[in-house]
Parts: sequence; C-alpha cells; structure tokens
Amino acid sequence: MRDAPDRPRASALIARLASFVLSLLLTFIGLTAVTFVIGRFMAVDPVLAKVGDRASQATYDAVRIEMGLDRPVYEQYLHYLQKVFTGDFGTSVITSHPIIQDLLHFFPATFELATIATVLGLLIGVPAGVAAAAFKGRWPDHVVGVVGLFGYSMPVFWLGLVGLFVFYGQLGWVGGPGRLDIVYDDVVTTRTGVLLIDSAIEGQWEIFRNAFSHLILPAVLLGYFSLAYIARMTRSFMIEQLSQEYVTAARIKGLSFWGAVWRHAFPNIMVPLITVIGLSYASLLEGAVLTETVFAWPGLGLYITRSLFNADMNAVLGGTLVVGAVFIGVNQLCDFLYKVFDPRLRTA
Amino acid sequence: MSQQALVAPRRSMTQWLDSDAPASRRQAMLGTLYRGLGAVLANPSSLIGSIIIGSLFLVAIFAGPIAGNASPVTQEWDIRLTPPGPAHWFGTDDLGRDIFARTVFGARVTLGIVMLVSIVVAPIGLGVGMLAGYLGGWVDAVLMRITDVFLAFPRLVLALAFAAALGPGIMNAVIAISLTAWPPYARLARAETIAIARSDFVAAVVMQGASTPRILLKHIMPLCLSSVIVRLTLDMAGVILTAAGLGFLGVGAQPGTPEWGAMVSGGRDLIYDQWWVATIPGIAIFVVSLGFNLIGDGLRDIVDPKSA
Repeated sequence: MRDAPDRPRASALIARLASFVLSLLLTFIGLTAVTFVIGRFMAVDPVLAKVGDRASQATYDAVRIEMGLDRPVYEQYLHYLQKVFTGDFGTSVITSHPIIQDLLHFFPATFELATIATVLGLLIGVPAGVAAAAFKGRWPDHVVGVVGLFGYSMPVFWLGLVGLFVFYGQLGWVGGPGRLDIVYDDVVTTRTGVLLIDSAIEGQWEIFRNAFSHLILPAVLLGYFSLAYIARMTRSFMIEQLSQEYVTAARIKGLSFWGAVWRHAFPNIMVPLITVIGLSYASLLEGAVLTETVFAWPGLGLYITRSLFNADMNAVLGGTLVVGAVFIGVNQLCDFLYKVFDPRLRTA
Repeated sequence: MSQQALVAPRRSMTQWLDSDAPASRRQAMLGTLYRGLGAVLANPSSLIGSIIIGSLFLVAIFAGPIAGNASPVTQEWDIRLTPPGPAHWFGTDDLGRDIFARTVFGARVTLGIVMLVSIVVAPIGLGVGMLAGYLGGWVDAVLMRITDVFLAFPRLVLALAFAAALGPGIMNAVIAISLTAWPPYARLARAETIAIARSDFVAAVVMQGASTPRILLKHIMPLCLSSVIVRLTLDMAGVILTAAGLGFLGVGAQPGTPEWGAMVSGGRDLIYDQWWVATIPGIAIFVVSLGFNLIGDGLRDIVDPKSA
C-alpha cells in the first residue's frame, strides 16, 4: 500500500529528469551555434589569423582547405559540434596548451572565489532580507534597501580598486592581487586546484593563511553583490508570506511573532530561495570576469580577457562556452530542485 | 478662490490635461503622460533619480561651458598627476589631462551609449516578441528557443565575445551590448502580444481585412510600447555598468575617448599613489547608475504597487 503513491511519483521524477536533460542539451547546442557563428562569421578571417597577411595565395588556399573552411557551413558546424562534444576547443596561442586543459586549470580559482562569495552572501543576505521584511518600513528595512541599491549601482571593478587602495595599500590588512605571495608559488602540489583545500591537506598552514588573506577581499566584494540580490529577493518573498492568513492564524493561536516568521513563513520561502541562490551563483561567474581582472586572480575570467587581447579567438570562445554551460547547468539544476522540493509540484 | 472658480469656470492647462473625458487622441495621450509624470515626481526615490538623470542631461548638453577652458583631450606634461585642487578640481591623469573635463565630457559618451542601446534593443525585442506571440506555432517555438539560448549566456561574457569578434570601439560595444540585451524584451513583448491578440478589437480589425503587418504595427505595437519603455528604464543601470565594464576591460571605448570605464582602467596601476585618477570616474558611473536605479525603483512602485 505504501508503494502505491510512490510509484507515479518516481516515474514523474524520471520523466522530469529526462525533460531536464533534453532541454539542457538543446540549450547547449544553441550555445555552440552562437559561439560558432561568432567565431566563423564575425571575427577576423580565421585563415588570415593563422597564416599572417604576408602568406602567398597558395598557402592561404591550402590552409583554408586544411581548416575545412571550403566545405558547406552546416558541415563545418557539425564538425565543430563534434569537436566540442569531445572536449576539443583547439590550442591556445598564448599558453600553447589545448584549451580544454587551460580551462580545467583556471576553473578551480573561479570556483573557489564564487563559492565563498555565495556563502557570504547567503549567510548575511538571508537574515538581512528576513529582518527587512519583518520590520518593513522601519530602519532595518531602509538600511537593507540602501545597501542593496548601492550593490546594484556600483561598478564591481571600481569597488575592487578602491578596496585594494584602502585595505591593501593604506591599511595593509589583506594580501594584494594574485592568489598567493610570490614566495609561496608552486610550494603546494595541485590536487583540487582550490588552494585553501590543497594547503590544508598538506598541513601548510602558513600558505593557507596567505591564500586566505589574498582571497578575502575579492570574495567579500563579490559576496556583497550577491548579498544585495539575495537580501532583496528574500525580503519580497518574506513580505508575501507574512501577509498570508496562516501566519495570522498562528499568531492568534498565541505563537510569538518571530516564531511565526521562522517556523511557519521561512520554510515556505526556502524553495524559491534555491532559484535565487542559483542565479546569484551563476551571475558571480560574470562578476568574476571583472573582479579577476582587478585582482589578477588566475581564473576563467582572467583567462578569457587575456586571450581576448592576444586575439586568441578559440580560447575566448572556449571560455565563453564553458561559462555559458556552467551558467545554464546551475540554472536548470535550480529549476529542477525547485520542482523536486516543492510538494505542490510533485504529484503533477 | 473657489468662489472665483464657480463664477468663471475657466479651463486651466492642468484641468485640460487631467480631464476624465479627453476630446481628442492628443489630449488623452498628453493626459496620460501628465499623470504618469506626476506619479513619478511624487515618489521620493524616482524624484531623486530624476534629478540625477536630469543633471546628467544638462551636464552632457553644456559640457563645454561647464568644463570651462579645460579640454578633455589636451595633454599637458608638466602638470601630470596633479592632485585635486583649485586649479584642477578632480586633478590630472598620467598624461596631464584634466580629469574634471574628462568626467564632464564622459557624460556625453555614457548618454550616447544608453540611447543607442535603447534604440537598437527595443525594435529587436518588439519585432521578435510580437512575431512569436502573434503568429504562434513553429515561429513561436523557434524564436523563443533562440531567445532562451541568448538568455542562457551570462551577459557580460557574451558581450565580451561579441566585442572581441567585432573589434574595439564604442559603436561595437553598443552592438555587443544590444545583442545580449534584447531577449527579455522579446519575452515581454510576446507575453503582451498574446494577451492583446485575444481582445475583441483585434478580432474586429482582422474581420475588416487588415493585413498582419498592419495589425502588428498599428494596433499591437502601440500597446506593447509602454511596458517595453518601463523595462528599458529598469535596465538602464545594467547597461551603463556593462558598457563601463567593457570600457574597463579595454574592448569598448578607444584610449583617449573620455569614457568613464576606460578612465578607471587608465588609473588602475596608479591606484596606490594617485588614487583620484581611477576613483573619480568610478564615482560618476556609480552616481548615474544609482540615478537610473532610483527611477526604476519608483517606477516599480507605481506600475506594480504590490511588490513594494
């Protein structure tokens, strides 16, 4: 008897999973189409980029055929798609490594930064948003509103520079640009690529502290932007919940105000908050491009911008594709979790 | 006062604008505009925002007189890196250019970018959204799929890739931003079109034999336009930050152009010793995007009072 209601739930879950994977795949193919079009039609002539402008017509034609550019466009695209799916983005001009290898090398730094920033944003943003909703129209609400408004309006690269000037240049509280002081470079063997974890595994606490002092400023900075967004969304979800009748009913039964907020209203905003957290995490990838440039943080963003200035189009497009893929991956995962965790959507 | 009004019922300009029964289409439009403007100015945050953006327009228009005899591009090597002071209010940069003049002229560049992006984005979004919403079927499916793909990219990263492919320059930055900014407008226009297309007056025009382009352009577009304009205002701060970010990364404005993002970038290596070079243009970006955000907040209160 207990199995009966579970079975349709399981099959619904599988169907949902299948449609999730399908839509992920379709969007990803769309992403490759966009990067293909940018690389093939908008950039400088890819043949010219390879042979240089002094090459003879014969060399030019030979390279053109070698690169497959004489074949029909759809054939070129299928070839590109096939390469992308096998993880082949070409070779980088600057590092002369395969681009996929570079991306895997640079990704952990971005991951470390974005994760810590999201955790910070979450730990402060959610309570701040709840407080703003609970004290709607009074000073905590105004403070959260102004902090959020500033977060939406400040250029992240500018705040980063000001932060470096004040906390590194003037006060000397934090480490400067980069992930480590130069003396510590290459001391720790790379296991996960996340320096805090790698140094902790080896028990190199001095390096751990150094890595932390470099990480803290960019992480707090990105965390602030994530906080602004999370607090604003938490506030509006919470206000909606607090106006519901079940909250009034709980209060009439004698529950304290904060009891009603945390025990009754809060569980109801947790599900939509998943989506907000996912969106904020994904958008940090975007903020990371600028932040990493300011802090010389060797992550994906810095890799993309550096490649850009060396006219390394394959690396730019490979990086764009990977960031895009992570972006949709996170978004779709949140969508999926949303449906799994919201009981009302389970028995559809 | 009221006695006089009773004796001589003169119709003032405001009464004409505020009339419940407009006699002409022009009166109705101006009346809507008047009431909307009143609502915007009555809201404290959008009032402050409007003052900021109004000043931005004034500064952009009168950039020459405001900057006085300082030029945004003239290099004076003997006064390089002068700190802010009476002669140069915001100091000078590493090439001896007056930062106050450059910041003032930067208002023109920023406003230019914002206006160009709006002019490009609104038609693309409206076109795609109205076609998808009105025609439905496979046109809708294909167009919305494309929209979703563009939405799937982080905006700055995609704009960066476009800007990289197109080459540096402000116009290319505008194109890159527009190419990444249109999808939300397409979705908005589609939703509005679907709702409007069901209404009786559209059915009436269809029966009168109006062609599809005529229905879309003359009957549906005017009704979509207001929500698209509201959305544009809400997005302006984001556009300014993206443009400044591209300028900072060096793919937007060319060196020498007084663009705020590029100016911050120029002062980047000087931040520890000559803080004013990078800091001041950054404050300009912040104030202007704050202005647009304040207007946006106010608009949101007016358009959708529930979410306030």
